[in-house]
Amino acid sequence: MMDWILQIAPAFAEAHAPALLILLPMLAGPIAAFLPGGGRVAWGMTVIVTGLCTLLSLILLAQVRSIEGGAIISYAMGGWAPPHGIEFRIDALNVLILLLVSVIAFLTSIFGWPTIKAEIADGKRAMFFGAFQVCFMGLLGVAATGDAFNLFVFLELSSIATYVLVALGSGRDRRALPAAINYLLMGTIGASFYVVGVGFLYAATGTLNMADLAVQLQDVGGNRAVQVGFAFILVGLGLKAAMFPLHQWLPNAYSYSPSFVTAFLAATATKVAIYAMVRFLFSVFSLDFAFEGMSLALILAPMGIAAMLACSFQAIFQADIRRTLAYSSVAQVGYMLLGISLGTAAGVSAGMFHLVNHALMKGALFMAVAGAVLTYQGTRIHDFAGLGRRAPWTMTAFAIAGLSLIGVPLTAGFQSKFALVSALLESGWWWAALLVVFSSVLAVIYMGRILEAVFFRAPANPHKEHGEAPLLILVPLWILAIANIWIGVDGGFVYGLATDAAEALFIGGAS
Amino acid sequence: MAGPRSDHHVILRVVAKPLIPIIALFALYVHFHGDYSPGGGFQAGVIIVVAVVLYALVFGITPAMRAVPPVFARSLAALGFIIFAGVGVWALIMGGNFLDYDVLFNEEPGGHMGQHYGIIAVEVGVLFAVAGSMLSIFYAFAGRVTEIKDEDW
Repeated sequence: MMDWILQIAPAFAEAHAPALLILLPMLAGPIAAFLPGGGRVAWGMTVIVTGLCTLLSLILLAQVRSIEGGAIISYAMGGWAPPHGIEFRIDALNVLILLLVSVIAFLTSIFGWPTIKAEIADGKRAMFFGAFQVCFMGLLGVAATGDAFNLFVFLELSSIATYVLVALGSGRDRRALPAAINYLLMGTIGASFYVVGVGFLYAATGTLNMADLAVQLQDVGGNRAVQVGFAFILVGLGLKAAMFPLHQWLPNAYSYSPSFVTAFLAATATKVAIYAMVRFLFSVFSLDFAFEGMSLALILAPMGIAAMLACSFQAIFQADIRRTLAYSSVAQVGYMLLGISLGTAAGVSAGMFHLVNHALMKGALFMAVAGAVLTYQGTRIHDFAGLGRRAPWTMTAFAIAGLSLIGVPLTAGFQSKFALVSALLESGWWWAALLVVFSSVLAVIYMGRILEAVFFRAPANPHKEHGEAPLLILVPLWILAIANIWIGVDGGFVYGLATDAAEALFIGGAS
Repeated sequence: MAGPRSDHHVILRVVAKPLIPIIALFALYVHFHGDYSPGGGFQAGVIIVVAVVLYALVFGITPAMRAVPPVFARSLAALGFIIFAGVGVWALIMGGNFLDYDVLFNEEPGGHMGQHYGIIAVEVGVLFAVAGSMLSIFYAFAGRVTEIKDEDW
C-alpha cells in the first residue's frame, strides 16, 4: 500500500535510512548553533532537517510494511555485525515512534518561530535550535537503536539537551531554572537506575544487544541479578516516562519551559520513554518472566490507575492552564500503562494507539496555548476568559483537541479510550474499565473549566486585547486538530499501525 | 584572584608556567597512545582542559578567557561533534555503513589503515568535543557574576 514511497525514494536513502535519520539532526545541531541571523537561519535549517527526517521515517515505514507481518530492518553501525556491534533495529513498533517523533518535531518547528522570537533572547536562539536538534536526535536514537547501552547514551543526549531547553524558559519566567534543576536531578537519577539495570543484565548474560539479550535471558532464567536489573530498568524508565509516583518533575518542567519546548516535549519525550519500557518488558524480557515471574500487572496497573485518578484530580485544582495540561499528561500516561499492564496484544495496541493520539492532542493543546499567550502574557484560566471571541481559530482548534482529550465520540481520544476499554473488558478487568470512564469524567471537569472560561465568560480585563495566533502557528495547529478528527472518524490507519506494533512485540519477542 | 602583575604567589606562578605545556603535551600522548593503552580522546580532552584551568587558577580567569576565549571553547565542542559525525559521513560516501572505517581508503581486504586512521580521526573529534564542553562548563561556573548585589540583601 505504501510501495510508491519506495519507488520514488533514492536508493541511497533507502539503504541508509536508519543511520541518516539520526545523522541529519546530529550534523545539523552543532552547525545550527553557530548560524548567524538571530536564529532565523537556524530555524529554517531545523524545519528542513525535521522535514527530511519525516520523509526518512516514512521510507522506513514503507520498508517495514512492505512485508506482510512487518519486516525487521537491521542496520549494523560501523559494519560490525550484531550482536557484537551496535545495531539499529527497526520493526513495526519503532517505526511508529520514529514517525510520531519526526512528524511532531516537524510541525512544532514550523510553529516554533513566533514563540521563540517572543520568548528567547536574540543571541540565544541559534543555540536554542542547536539544543533542540540534539534533543530530537536523542529521541530518535532511543527509538531506533537495538542496543541497550546505546539506548542509554541517546536517552542522556536527549535529556541533557532537554534540561537546557527547559532552562531557557527563564527569559519568560524565572521559575524555569528550579524546574530545570529539578528535572535534571530526577532525570539523572532515572538514567543512573537504567544504566545500573543494564549493568546487571550484562553481568548475567554478557551481551548488550536487545535481541541477543532476549535469547540469553531465556537460558539464564529467573536469576537474582536479572531480577534486580529488571527492577532498576523499570524504575529508571518509569522516571523518564513520568510513571505515577515518579512524575514530580513533569508539571514544573512543562509549565515554565518555552512554549515551543512544552509542545514538543509533551508530545514526544515521555512517549519515547514508554516505548523503551515496552521494549524491555515485552522484547527483552519475555512475557512469562515479566508478568508471571515478577507480577508486573500488580505494579504497573495500580500505578496507571493511581495516575489516572490522582493526577486528574490535581488537574482540576490548577489555576494555570499549562499546569492543568501537564497533570493531565501524567494521567494520560496512566492510561497507556494500564493498557500495557494487561500484557495482551489488544492491551498493548490500545496503549500504543493512545500514545499516538495523546501526542497529537497534547501537541495541539500546547500549541494553541502558546498561540494565545503570544499576544497576552498570562496562562491562568482567568486570563483566557472570553478568548473564544477574540481568537476563534486558535480556540476552536484548542476545543477540538480538548474534546479529544476528554474522549468525545468522533475524536481520536474516543477511539483509543474505546480500544482500551474493550481490551480491559476482554481480559475481564471491568472494574478498571469503570475507572477509565470515571477518569474521563474528571477530564470533562478540568477541560470543561477551561472551555467554559474561553467561550462563555467575559474577558477578565477588557482593555487587554487578545489577538489571533499568527498563520505560522495556526497551520500546524490545525493540522493536528484535523488529525484528531480524522483518527476519530476513521482510526483504521493509525490503529492498524498500533496493532502491527503490538503484534511485532508478541511475535518477534524471542526471535 | 591575583592579577598577572601581583607579587603574591610567585612560587605558584613559577611552578605552574613550565607545568602547563607539559600537561598539554601529556594530553596528546594520552590521545595518540589510546590505540595501544588506556586513554583516548575523552581523557586527553580532560587533561588539556586541566592545563587551561591551572592557568586560570594561577593567573586569573580573565587572562585565561583572553588566551582561550569562551566562544572558541564552544565552537571547539561543536567542531568535535561534526568531526565525529563527519567521519561517519565519509564512510557513508565511500559506500559503507555509517562509521565503517574499513571502507575509508578503499583498501584491499585485510588492510587496516582505515581502522587505524578512522579511530584516530574520531578520537580527535572526541578530544575537541570534550575539551570544548569541559572548558565551557568551567567558564560558565568560574566566570559567573552574581546577579544579586551584596547591597540588595
